[in-house]
Amino acid sequence: MTRKRRRLLLIGGGVGVLAIALALMLNAFRDSIVFFNSPSDVAEKHIGPGTRIRLGGLVKAGSVVRSDNLKIRFEVTDGSRDIPVAYQGVLPDLFREGQGVVAEGMLDGSGVFKADSILAKHDETYMPKEVADALKKSGHWKDDYAQRAAMPTGGSKK
Amino acid sequence: MIAELGHYALMLALGLALIQGSMPIIGTRSNDPVLMTMATPTALAQFAFVATAFGALAVCYVTSDFSVLNVYENSNSAMPLIYRLTSVWGNHEGSMMLWVFILALFGALLAAFGNNLPAKLKANALAVQAWIAAAFHLFILTTSNPFLRIVDAPNEGRDLNPILQDPGLAFHPPLLYLGYVGFSIAFSFAIAALLEGRIDAAWARFVRPWVLAAWMCLTLGIAGGSYWAYYELGWGGFWFWDPVENASLMPWLAGTALLHSAVVMEKRAALKVWTILLAILAFSLSLIGTFLVRSGVLTSVHAFAIDPRRGIFILAILVLFIGGALSLYAWRAPLLKQGGLFAPISREGALVLNNLFLTAACATVFVGTLYPLALEALTGEKISVGPPFFNETFAPLFVPLLLAMPFGPLLGWKRGDLLGAAQRLLAAAMLAAVAVAASFALQHGGPVLAPFGVGLAIFVMAGALVDIAERTMILRIPLGAAWRRAAGLPRSAWGTALAHFGIGVTLMGIVAVTAWSSERIAELKPGGIIDVARYRLTFDGLFSRTGPNYRDLVGHFTVRRTTGDLVGVMEPSRRSFPARNMATTEAALMTLGVSQLYVSLGDSNPDGSIPVRLYFKPQVLMIWLGALVMFAGGALSLSDRRLRIGAPRPAKAQPALEAAE
Repeated sequence: MTRKRRRLLLIGGGVGVLAIALALMLNAFRDSIVFFNSPSDVAEKHIGPGTRIRLGGLVKAGSVVRSDNLKIRFEVTDGSRDIPVAYQGVLPDLFREGQGVVAEGMLDGSGVFKADSILAKHDETYMPKEVADALKKSGHWKDDYAQRAAMPTGGSKK
Repeated sequence: MIAELGHYALMLALGLALIQGSMPIIGTRSNDPVLMTMATPTALAQFAFVATAFGALAVCYVTSDFSVLNVYENSNSAMPLIYRLTSVWGNHEGSMMLWVFILALFGALLAAFGNNLPAKLKANALAVQAWIAAAFHLFILTTSNPFLRIVDAPNEGRDLNPILQDPGLAFHPPLLYLGYVGFSIAFSFAIAALLEGRIDAAWARFVRPWVLAAWMCLTLGIAGGSYWAYYELGWGGFWFWDPVENASLMPWLAGTALLHSAVVMEKRAALKVWTILLAILAFSLSLIGTFLVRSGVLTSVHAFAIDPRRGIFILAILVLFIGGALSLYAWRAPLLKQGGLFAPISREGALVLNNLFLTAACATVFVGTLYPLALEALTGEKISVGPPFFNETFAPLFVPLLLAMPFGPLLGWKRGDLLGAAQRLLAAAMLAAVAVAASFALQHGGPVLAPFGVGLAIFVMAGALVDIAERTMILRIPLGAAWRRAAGLPRSAWGTALAHFGIGVTLMGIVAVTAWSSERIAELKPGGIIDVARYRLTFDGLFSRTGPNYRDLVGHFTVRRTTGDLVGVMEPSRRSFPARNMATTEAALMTLGVSQLYVSLGDSNPDGSIPVRLYFKPQVLMIWLGALVMFAGGALSLSDRRLRIGAPRPAKAQPALEAAE
């Protein structure tokens, strides 16, 4: 084999592996990407039952109802709209009324969001980033969130 | 006073870095040996000043000097000494201090022990090292100064984030940074070689020990972080494909590839251009990891928004170094001479295959991690790329890599005998087949692919043993003779086999846990019983316990086998930290062989019941034991005399061999 043919083989192999990786990625992107939506987004985009999404907002104060077998219902709000969420399981440490939450799952026929996971972002700021952005967008962002968020990392403020 | 001393020392370190980054380069251009040798003392002095600054910050923390803003925000006098010390790097500013401290340490080590390096290479490499240091010193001084004072000093600090109050913080970040920053040496060598426009096999010999040491630390750091997340987060997962984790995995993958391509370069003077590129990429990915974690772009967009200077500064460092290095590469790499030839089926060919798959796997992680960020920046659309994406892309690329791995060491340099290697691996393949059959017979209802995963793990482990068996010719020659051969084997050969074996161990753990762990979730009242696998746990009740700066609500569980034998007790707890009004879950672990029982508690209900999460994790410890074995393999290899001395062989000795086409 000549130097040229060997090099061609090498480059061919490299391109081949990269092509495989690309194919795998495109395939995985098709079915494993989940879009983030706030309650208002869900209404605006007419997201129907059966579409897997992440729903983010604040846990509406006073909405949490616990029942047997670790079943829990609460409402996620972005200030403009609320969506009821049903979940069964152990909640993450940072789950609290009035705090940010991200739930992953899908809407059922009756408009209840069936969550199969409540995100335990162990974020020192208490506020998942998507939720903060969604709140800002809907105009319900309060400055004290930002302050609370800034405190632990801090540094630049006096 | 101490804080000001630290601040001042850091400024002096910046000044020294600027000298170290300029004078030696001028020296290499004008062939001035005095200017070139200036690199060594300035690197040592720079380390001394950075160490002083770091030490000053540590003293502020240990003595709980709350007049320093950074200490006030991240420490508390009630914390035990170890956490007061580790909280130095449990925050942004301090962790950047640790970064530059380790960077300066590596620079000093290179200056002190690089005496056998060619003068120009050493001067250039240390100068590049100084550019990186100068950029980060400047970053700390302008945007992340840990030495700022508060006018009215508070009496008590705000405490360290409770999740970080864990022994894991003592090991994980320093090891990770030793890995990240360790790759800076390879980067500096690569840039130095490009500046000089000259590179030979000896270059790889100089770089390999540094890459190996960094890789070892990174391996241990990633594994330690994974174990920490496993027991601290209360979910029992060992890997979440979280961007922060991916940030450390990407340099590891590139570093592993670099480790292997440097072998080819050293032994066969081939793959030079590629090795240089990998050296640049490994450190670039470390910088990207630092950017992802430190700019705040991931964890909280408002931290980034409130103080965008940090993010933009690191981004600028990123663009400058990665962009600069790649431009220099594009410009100078064609000057580097082509190396030795090899057939596709050969040791070199196997290492090229290794590199292809590792870099492709690294690329998928890169895309999966950065695509959501890019999409959000460009369109505002928020998406999450979760574990399914990575499982579907990463795993298919790793399977062929692992299948091919045992073949590599059995193939000869230049031209290998694939059939012969396959014959020698027959025993390993048969063992793997038996393992597949046995797991099929034993598992009830697990995933179909799991037994094949076990088979692959066994094949990888057995393949590593075959490598050693072949080299010592054990079972074919008398035992005494084989023993003498074993004693005569270079340590790097043992190291390779051990590290490859460790991959198999880790894989075995991952497969077993993913396929066969069992989970039970229930709300229990005192006296309640919960079963998992072959174990039965009785919940005896809750009691509270007071720690130095927290209160524990402890659940007491008695563990029995389903046959009735007492195994022990487990005490998971909910830990609340009044200083931050935060609670953490402290899971209880019980080690049974290499498997573990895992219990964590939820928030207790008013009626006295408490949500309990119980897992049985079969062979889970193998995941991290495998990493320890890999580390040991690296250490053994590093202790090899040839690497340690790093005596440059005359680079001209090779061509006679290569001429035969």
